[in-house]
Order: sequence, then structure tokens, then C-alpha cells
Amino acid sequence: MTTTSTIKDEARPKASSGADLHLANVTKRFSDFTAVDDLTLTVPSGTFFALLGPSGCGKTTTLRMIAGLEQPTSGTISIGGKDVTKLPSFQRQVNTVFQSYALFPHMTVLDNVAFGLKRKRVGDSVARAKAALEMVELQHLAARKPMQLSGGQQQRVALARALVNRPAVLLLDEPLGALDMKLRRQMQVELKSIQTEVGLTFIHVTHDQEEAMTMADTVAVMNKGKIEQMGAPRDLYELPRTAFVANFLGKSNLMPGSVTEDLGNAVAVDVAGHRLVMPKDRAVSHSGAAVVGVRPEKMRVLNLSDEYSPSANMLTGTVLDASFTGVSTEYLVEVPGIGTLATFSQNMGQAPARRGDTVRMTWEPDFSFGLDGSAKTTEGQDAV
Amino acid sequence: MTSTVERSRRRKNRGPQDLRSEEELVAERRKGRVGLYLIIPGMAVLALFFAAPVMVLLGMSLYARPPGAEIGEFVPALEFGNYATVVGAYWEVFLRSFLFALIATVAALLIGYPMAYLVAVRLRGRQLMQGILLVLLIAPFFSSFILRTQAWKQILSDEGPVVTVLRAIAILPADGHLTATAFAVVCGLTYNFLPFMMLPIYANLDRLDTNLLEASGDLYASPLTTFFKVTLPLSMPGVFAGTLLTFIPAAGDYVNAALLGNNRDTAMIGQIIDSRFFKVVDYPGASALSFILMVLILALVMIYIKRFGTKELF
Ligand SMILES: Nc1ncnc2c1ncn2[C@@H]1O[C@H](COP(=O)(O)OP(=O)(O)OP(=O)(O)O)[C@@H](O)[C@H]1O
Ligand SMILES: [Mg+2]
Repeated sequence: MTTTSTIKDEARPKASSGADLHLANVTKRFSDFTAVDDLTLTVPSGTFFALLGPSGCGKTTTLRMIAGLEQPTSGTISIGGKDVTKLPSFQRQVNTVFQSYALFPHMTVLDNVAFGLKRKRVGDSVARAKAALEMVELQHLAARKPMQLSGGQQQRVALARALVNRPAVLLLDEPLGALDMKLRRQMQVELKSIQTEVGLTFIHVTHDQEEAMTMADTVAVMNKGKIEQMGAPRDLYELPRTAFVANFLGKSNLMPGSVTEDLGNAVAVDVAGHRLVMPKDRAVSHSGAAVVGVRPEKMRVLNLSDEYSPSANMLTGTVLDASFTGVSTEYLVEVPGIGTLATFSQNMGQAPARRGDTVRMTWEPDFSFGLDGSAKTTEGQDAV
Repeated sequence: MTSTVERSRRRKNRGPQDLRSEEELVAERRKGRVGLYLIIPGMAVLALFFAAPVMVLLGMSLYARPPGAEIGEFVPALEFGNYATVVGAYWEVFLRSFLFALIATVAALLIGYPMAYLVAVRLRGRQLMQGILLVLLIAPFFSSFILRTQAWKQILSDEGPVVTVLRAIAILPADGHLTATAFAVVCGLTYNFLPFMMLPIYANLDRLDTNLLEASGDLYASPLTTFFKVTLPLSMPGVFAGTLLTFIPAAGDYVNAALLGNNRDTAMIGQIIDSRFFKVVDYPGASALSFILMVLILALVMIYIKRFGTKELF
């Protein structure tokens, strides 16, 4: 009987809003393979936090440790200031929407949703489960078995089953992975509005960068068991700090060179004979080897005869490929000594450049960002 | 999900010239005689090896013994009194047989389920351990049924380890025995039919999605609650099959009672039928007993299926 009473105390719903989550130096090793490597992370209460990274980078493992389904090799996890590292999963104020949904096939949809409440001995569990089903618009399917639902419906049941418990932290492991694009967008909007409404802390795992950027308050980009960079989606996109982030989150042109001049607020970098300027506060290093980066959409594509600002960074190259997409034209431009750069120009009625044309590409120095000189410029390009 | 995969696989296996939809094919199959032809061999085997012997048995059970006939001499008749006679003489043995079979089935379930769970769920992913344990559990059953039962006689004998220990800790009086007791018979039944219990449960638990157990834990269910709310309900088809496969042969068994029991208070109906047939040479009586046994088992099984049967099985 003692166990029951502890469960009850642990699981009693606290305030309906979320709690801070803190991971300190969490490492998880599977025999000799390190899946999560010395991860330290704080997620403030009520945040929509996205964990973004390529397949196998340790996202699911991280979630499982937070849920208590996996024990960290070292490090501590605390929720709402309380160390829960040793607490078994059924005593944690955390619920998970599993990658595979994991709905109980022998129970009706309603029983699935009421399962957690019943374990916590919440009085009006059925009424609450019904309300949760209403929230995901599935009240009419309450009596069905999970097998009789479509993938999207199952996903919403899984969401309702977790949300109805009002956990301190809700973990979502690629919950939209199995849905088609349209339903996926729709569910993204729904999820976000539910999160705003109930004010819970959401940890959302995905390897869809667009999903992470549109939904999350904070995005952490994870690679090989470590967090490469973390911040607001816009900050992360505008100022990537590693080649992996620059390439994995959107596209980037990365050009290795060496710093030749200190201009006070900025430095000039020699890249294969071209002088490119970047602001110091956007550069990781201010001397020696450096990689200059710029997002394709920040560049303008000009004819050789067009005028451009003398302070702008400028490169000249030959168009290798031009593809017209309607809204814009995407170019691949070969710049001697540097290689192939990607860029595009918005369709403002101008005649697009054609393959073989020589074009000028310019961008304001403020759009440049500087990475460490030893960065591998292709890292993260093909990661999925 | 599986069904979609299955369907598309089936579609792939179909020839390229066959462009009709699944539904059309099913409809055609329903309409056609092909299905009818396909069940003919099965029906023939059943008729030959089941229906015919049952009819013979039924006929034989009604034979009468003419006055002054020799031992084993009977004439065809409709002697329904045979049934009254054997029921009057042996109803207690019937009851005992079903009771022993029931106890053995419950014992086999209590022993077999945890073993199946250990191998199928706890050792999931450790194929070597699983293989070794399965072989260890099944290997004894490659040896002869009689020999194995004989071995139990040794184990439970007065000089054997079990009696010695039980006597030492005074659970058994100093002159207590285990052989030739009901306990020994039930032990034998439990042991001999254990694989019939364990294997269906193992086959079921082997397919258990352990994600569901994690989901249950994630939803505040303790491991014990998870077992009773998730694991056990999902494994019921296996339990159901296992209990049937254990109870039916156990109820009609005579080897265990013959080797491990006595001939006073542990006799089982199989034993009686055996001795009626081969020793007393009372063919009608033995046939009537066999027939009653069959009908009773059938009735019990039907009630059981009605009460607990799952859709997945039937
Ligand atoms: N139980 C385990 N034993 C051994 N290795 C494991 C185990 N679980 C995960 N790993 C390894 O740890 C790494 C991280 O796995 P994880 O499931 O966390 O990846 P993920 O980021 O969730 O990937 P995905 O996007 O494909 O779901 C993988 O290389 C995986 O092979
Ligand atoms: Mg994963």
C-alpha cells in the first residue's frame, strides 16, 4: 500500500502550468557508443522547446531520459527544481507522445485517454478524458479501438492521452512524423495553440527544421549527442555559430579564408583573393583562419553593368544552373577559387540570368557571419 | 498498419495481368466452388478419422451382453442402461478427473506464464539467452512421456530429495509419502502438459509491443499495474489457447494417474476406460465412458469459449 500512496502524492496534479526542466552534464552511453554527450540544458517553464537534429543524433535518447525510460550514465535531471534522475517513469510528472503512438490496442480511445487519470485516481477521469478528446476533435470516436483510426486520428489520441494529465513537461517525439504534409501543417498549428492555451512546457523532437522554426520559442540543434547551438529560431537562423547549424538549418554559403585587416567593428577576410568583410560581433574568431558565411537569400544577383554599393561584399562568377520557380530564380554560381555558391533572386520582373552568364553577387557585410577557421564547410549539408 | 502492408504485399505477388481489385477477387472467390473443393480433403480426413470412430464408439456403447455369454462377447443393441451403469459407478472419477485437470491447468498457468514472460519479454533482444532457455525448457519433452513420468516417481519417492526435505522441515510427517497420492498425480499432469501451456503464451508474449509497457509506465502505472492492465489483457489469447491445450489432454490422461497414483482415491477416468477396455473387457462400458468424457469435455470447452473466448481466436 505504501507504493500506492507515494505514486498518488507524486502524481497529484500540481498547478496546471509547466515546470522548469534542467539537465546537467547528462551523458548516455550504450556499451562503447555515446548517444548523448555531456548535455546541459535549461528549459524554462511554459516554453515550447524544439530539439532538432539529424537521425541518430540522440534526440529520442534524451527524451527517454527525461521521461525516466532510460537511466543516464552520468549527470542529473531535475524538473521544477527537484532532482528526478533516480525516479522511475511512473512517478514522474512527465508524459510522452511516442514516436510510434503506443496506444493500447485492447482499450477504446476513451479508455486510452483516461488511463493516466485513472492511475492517478483522479475522480472525474472519464469526464476529463472526454473533454480532452473534444479538444482534439475526436469525441465522436471515443468508443472505437485505436486500430479503427487513421494515422492522424491515432496521433491526436496519443496527444490527448498525454495532455489530459497536465504534466509538468510534455515530451513529443516526432509526433507528426507519420502524417502527410497537409495534416502535418494543420497539426502544427493545433499543437502550438494548445501549448499556448494550457501553458505547459513542451519538448518537441523533430528533424524537420521548418517545423522546429515555426513552432518553437527555443530551438536546440543537436548533432552527435551534443547541442551545437540553441536559441530563438530567428537568432539561430540569422547567426549560426557552427558549420553544422549553418548547413542543417536552411542553406549557407561557407567560404574559408584568413583575416587580413582589422576595421574596428569589422574584419576583412581574404577568400581566394577576394576581400570579404564581416562584423566582429557576428564572427567567432577575429584573426587567423576564418570561414565567411552568407545565406543565399541575402545575396543580390546583378549583371556586370549594374551598380552596387562600394561597401558591399562582391563576388563574380559564372552561372552553372538557373532554375525558375516562379517566385524566384535559384542560381548555382561558380566563383573561381571558391567553388559553387547558391543564391536566388526574387522575381521582380527582371530578366533572369542564364546558364553561362557572368554575374555579380553582392551582399551587405552585416549579413556575413564568421565561423571558426577550422570548420568543415560541408558539415551538416546532407544530414537528414 | 499491418493489414495495409499485407494487402500491398499480396497485391505485389499477384500477376501483372491481374488488374482486378481485391474486392472483386474476394467476391469471386466467395461465389465460386473453388473453396468448396478445397475443403473436401480436410472433410474426408475428419470423416475417416473422427466421425467414423465416434459413430463406432457410440454404437458399441449401446451393445448388450446376452445372458450366459462369454467374457468379451456382446451383441448389437440399444442398451441405454449402459450409460446409467457407468455414470452410477464412476461419477466420482469423472469429477476427480476434471478437478485434477483443473488444478494442473491452473498450476501450469502459474508456472508457465512467468517462464514465458521471462523468455519473451524480459530477455527480449538477447537471442542467445532466449534460445538456450527455450531449449532447456522444451528439451525434456523430446523424451518419452512414460519415461518422464517414471522419473517423477523417482523424484517423489520416499528416498527421493523432495520427501527427504519435506520430512526434515516437518511439512510431511516422518512416515508421509508423496508417491501414490493425488499430489503426485497433479504434479505429473502439471509437468507433462506444461509446454502446451507455455508455448502459446510464449508465442503471444513474443509479439508484445514493449513500447506499450513504457507508455503505461509513462502514464503513471507501476510495473504491477502495467502487468495487470496491459500485459495480461493483451496476452489473453495465449492464455486461452494454453489453458485449453492443457486442460483437454489432462482431463483424459491415464498415464500420470496410473504411474504416480494409487488405485483407491486417485483414479482418473482415462485409467478406468483403459482397465474397462483391456482388463475387464467391458467394451460397451468403456465406450460409454469414452463417449461421456468426450461430450463433457466438449461441453466444458464450449462454456469456456463462450465465457472467455476472444475474437482473435475464433
Ligand atoms: N538501446 C540502445 N542500444 C544501443 N544503441 C542505441 C540504443 N538506443 C539508441 N542507440 C543509439 O544511439 C543513437 C541515438 O539514438 P536516438 O534514438 O536517440 O536517435 P534520434 O536522434 O532519436 O534519431 P531519429 O531521428 O532517427 O529518431 C543512435 O545511433 C542509436 O543507434
Ligand atoms: Mg528518435
